Amino acid sequence: MYDVVIIGAGITGTMLARDLSRYKLKVALIDKENDIADGATMANSAIVHTGYDPEDGTLKALLNPEGARIYDTLLDDLGCRYRTAGAYIAACGPEEEAHLDVLADRADRRGIPYEWLTGDEARRNEPNLNDQVTKVLNFYTTKIIYPWEVAIACAEVAVGNGVELYLNSPCTGIDKTESGYTVHTPEHDFETKLIVNAAGVCADQINAMVGKPRFEMRPKKGEYFVIDNNVHYVDHIIFPVPSAKGKGVLAVPTVYGNTLIGPNSDYIASTTDTGSSFQGLDYVRTNIVRIMKNAPLNRSIRNFAGLRPSSSVSDFIIEEAADAPGFVNAASIESPGLASAPAVSKYIIENILRDKLEWTENPDAVMTRERPVVMAELSEEERAEMIRKNPLYGRIICRCEQISEGEIVDCIRRPCGAHTVKGVKKRVRPGMGRCQGGFCEPRVLAILARELNISPLDVVLDSKASRILCQENR
Amino acid sequence: MENKELICVNCPMGCRITVTLDEGRVIDIKGYTCEKGKNYAAQETVRPMRVLTSTVRINGALARVLPVITSQEIPLDMMEEAMEAVRMLTVDAPVRVNQVLIPHFLGTDADLVASRSMKKI
Amino acid sequence: MRNYQAVIIGGGSAGLAAAVTLKQKGIEDILVLEKDGEAGGILNQCIHNGFGLQTFKEQLSGPAYAERFEDQAEQLNVEIKLNTMVTGLNAQRQITYVNPDEGYVTISADAVILAVGCYERSRGAVEIPGERPSGIYTAGQAQRYLNIDGYLVGKKVFILGSGDIGLIMARRMTLEGAKVYGVAELMPYSNGLPRNMKQCLEDFGIPLYLSHTVTKIYGHDRLEGIDIAKVGPDRKPVPGSEIHFDVDTLLLSVGLIPENHLGDEAGIEMDPRTRGPVVDESYMTGIRGIFACGNGLHVHDLVDFVSLQAARAAEGAARYIREGEPEGRTVNTAAGENVLYVVPGKIHTDNVPGHTEFFFRVRKPMDDAVLTVRAGSKVIRTVRKKKLIPSEMERLLLTQKQLTGLEGDLVIEVREN
Repeated sequence: MYDVVIIGAGITGTMLARDLSRYKLKVALIDKENDIADGATMANSAIVHTGYDPEDGTLKALLNPEGARIYDTLLDDLGCRYRTAGAYIAACGPEEEAHLDVLADRADRRGIPYEWLTGDEARRNEPNLNDQVTKVLNFYTTKIIYPWEVAIACAEVAVGNGVELYLNSPCTGIDKTESGYTVHTPEHDFETKLIVNAAGVCADQINAMVGKPRFEMRPKKGEYFVIDNNVHYVDHIIFPVPSAKGKGVLAVPTVYGNTLIGPNSDYIASTTDTGSSFQGLDYVRTNIVRIMKNAPLNRSIRNFAGLRPSSSVSDFIIEEAADAPGFVNAASIESPGLASAPAVSKYIIENILRDKLEWTENPDAVMTRERPVVMAELSEEERAEMIRKNPLYGRIICRCEQISEGEIVDCIRRPCGAHTVKGVKKRVRPGMGRCQGGFCEPRVLAILARELNISPLDVVLDSKASRILCQENR
Repeated sequence: MENKELICVNCPMGCRITVTLDEGRVIDIKGYTCEKGKNYAAQETVRPMRVLTSTVRINGALARVLPVITSQEIPLDMMEEAMEAVRMLTVDAPVRVNQVLIPHFLGTDADLVASRSMKKI
Repeated sequence: MRNYQAVIIGGGSAGLAAAVTLKQKGIEDILVLEKDGEAGGILNQCIHNGFGLQTFKEQLSGPAYAERFEDQAEQLNVEIKLNTMVTGLNAQRQITYVNPDEGYVTISADAVILAVGCYERSRGAVEIPGERPSGIYTAGQAQRYLNIDGYLVGKKVFILGSGDIGLIMARRMTLEGAKVYGVAELMPYSNGLPRNMKQCLEDFGIPLYLSHTVTKIYGHDRLEGIDIAKVGPDRKPVPGSEIHFDVDTLLLSVGLIPENHLGDEAGIEMDPRTRGPVVDESYMTGIRGIFACGNGLHVHDLVDFVSLQAARAAEGAARYIREGEPEGRTVNTAAGENVLYVVPGKIHTDNVPGHTEFFFRVRKPMDDAVLTVRAGSKVIRTVRKKKLIPSEMERLLLTQKQLTGLEGDLVIEVREN
């Protein structure tokens, strides 16, 4: 009998799994996809917002500032890469400037630091800021992260402490039992006391398996351009003044020196439609000019679309379902869901699960993760030592991002390790560069086949059915 | 009598060549600007010839496959048959470049040869 | 720090030719750094014929062409470090490389020759919207899987872009039993060599859709289908013109881009048109003692010209090592009307060493055109050309006399008669 089954291994589910793994609890983390963090966590703006944006009185307003504060130490504890880039909210003219005052007021009351800049001061730091920008509010503690890296790190910690991870396990049905629920998946049934529904865009479908959800998921698609990291476009995250439609089209530096430009947001898609579109990308192209100039869209190396798990309710839905005791929704975790995730997890434990379980700390639990070896981050001496111990660290596989075979092998062998080409890309980044894997993908595929002891024909890009090679030729 | 039009692909000029055939025999060629083009046009209208390149299975080398090439052009209409023969062939390392793997390939004047060297491991 | 007379970055067709020429010119202390496990570069996967017509008067396969140069390099005792990736280059000609045996090593050189090759434009760079399933490859990627690793990537194939690698793969996959449904080209003319259009598409009845592009990708796991649509003069899809194909494989053959991150790191000035370094007539970049050649300088359609230019870069480097930098004034060259780019991008006009050959491409296909070279308003040379197409690189020779003492930019332009 499990104490908790968490449905969904995105940032919310993995964060909760890690926090639960501190205690002597039997926990299963299940996901329908072939890797951790394959949904909204994989495709978003990758920003830890400080929490000035949510309206007063919402769960978002409560959890976002707290989540951002927890990240201050959590990212180091988990060995995750981040940069405190700072976020410029750029206003054009008096009407937008007035809205900045609203944000500054919220920030004051929530203890979030900021500074004011004139348009010219801001342009001195960010020369590609548009000339129409008259005033800027700089939330200088805003961080950028690799969201899936954080989710993977949380899952590693959780699994290290005994949480069971089941991938390729879509929840096909839930039965009520005397002591809780049975969660059905194609290969396993899970008897459990409690369920946490962190199923992202599918949360309403999961809820509907136990009762009548009070919300309906309405995924919003966001499309982005990724700009080559040899173009230095911005240092700070640059936002227009937020509107009812969302945070607008931004320019976001990434932790590895690329720039994201996007997203659009007015499109409501099905739960599986993650395709980008000419219209969406055109929207990004025409709207970035509101606050930016010289947008280097001709240096795009990739475009992608992500689904925001938005719903008919404008706030996060974090509560026990009224008609299903022991079934807890962590739904509608749209922006600022990434920034809020650590606080969401804490809130679920403190406010919902606290009275439902026995909480005995596991003295052997290790809550931190050492950062995997990243050759590019080491000193010359450290690198020499690594290659001396294992020459594979001296064999570069990805020439764009200069990633060695040793790092790739490490990420396959780790707990919750990569077993797909995209899994390797998410963990150590071959294929993230300007050639987009044109050069390294065949090499990564060969390493995966060797390390997993499978035929190259069975190596997949991402999902189980996403084979790359079709047949042996000769 | 029939006329066949073709564009010469031997150089960027792309001459438009007209070949007049009588019961399959070339009786006139017009529009070429060099001897190479003339010969090409004559052959192309009667029976097009192509070099075939492919790979064959190799044992005992680092790679699984060895690139091969016909030492000269073979009839285009024999490509299917030629690929059958290529698929059936397995060779053993070491192999030297231009080493003949199948002499008089399918009875033509061409040999099937290795198009690179491969060491034995 | 170990100093070499010359270090060549890249052991493909350009790097090998440069190394051989340096040795022949008596520059003995040289080193070639090659990232792969064998020399030859991209030629190793280009198993089709058509290489070497200029250089060897023979029709060789890519690997056989590479082997000729490898043999020469071996006879001349050229030192090649394999599995060696260059990770850093600076303007002082210090090079950092890494390999499994030595780890990270920094060396220096009197002359550096960049022979780094190019990479294929990816899906992101051409903005094909839709899902992101497996089954979408660059043509070169599929070529490597098939010709080096021995795996076919799919059986029902469509190709976007009429670049030569895509055309070659259309034939190759057809012969291996795949069905190639067609090739879509955004432009109203083909980007491949006429010979490949004929022998790779026409021979096998593969349709070419000019002025078409892929507008939609279907399939969540593996590719299940695509839509193509006609594009208007603005190159945007015309609604309602979509054609659907049930395919499991999409190959992209939409252009090659010189790989220049090392050049960028060293601060070398790049030509926005070629996306490779700006070089002078000796193939020296804007940084003293750093030379560039091959597809890393500008993308070639024939390997023979890669070898030829690399040999000239090596001659330039040898002269630089012995005599130092060429002195005197320089003028820039410029791509005039209907010309996409011109290499070299600048030339010395005082001490011009012999003839200088210019390489350029036209922007669109033209019949019966006049090519004019002028400096300012002074016309230096005019040539009539019966046919010019963007997929074939053009060459033009100017004599010492024509180049000496020029004033103003040297412009190459082409007008239809």
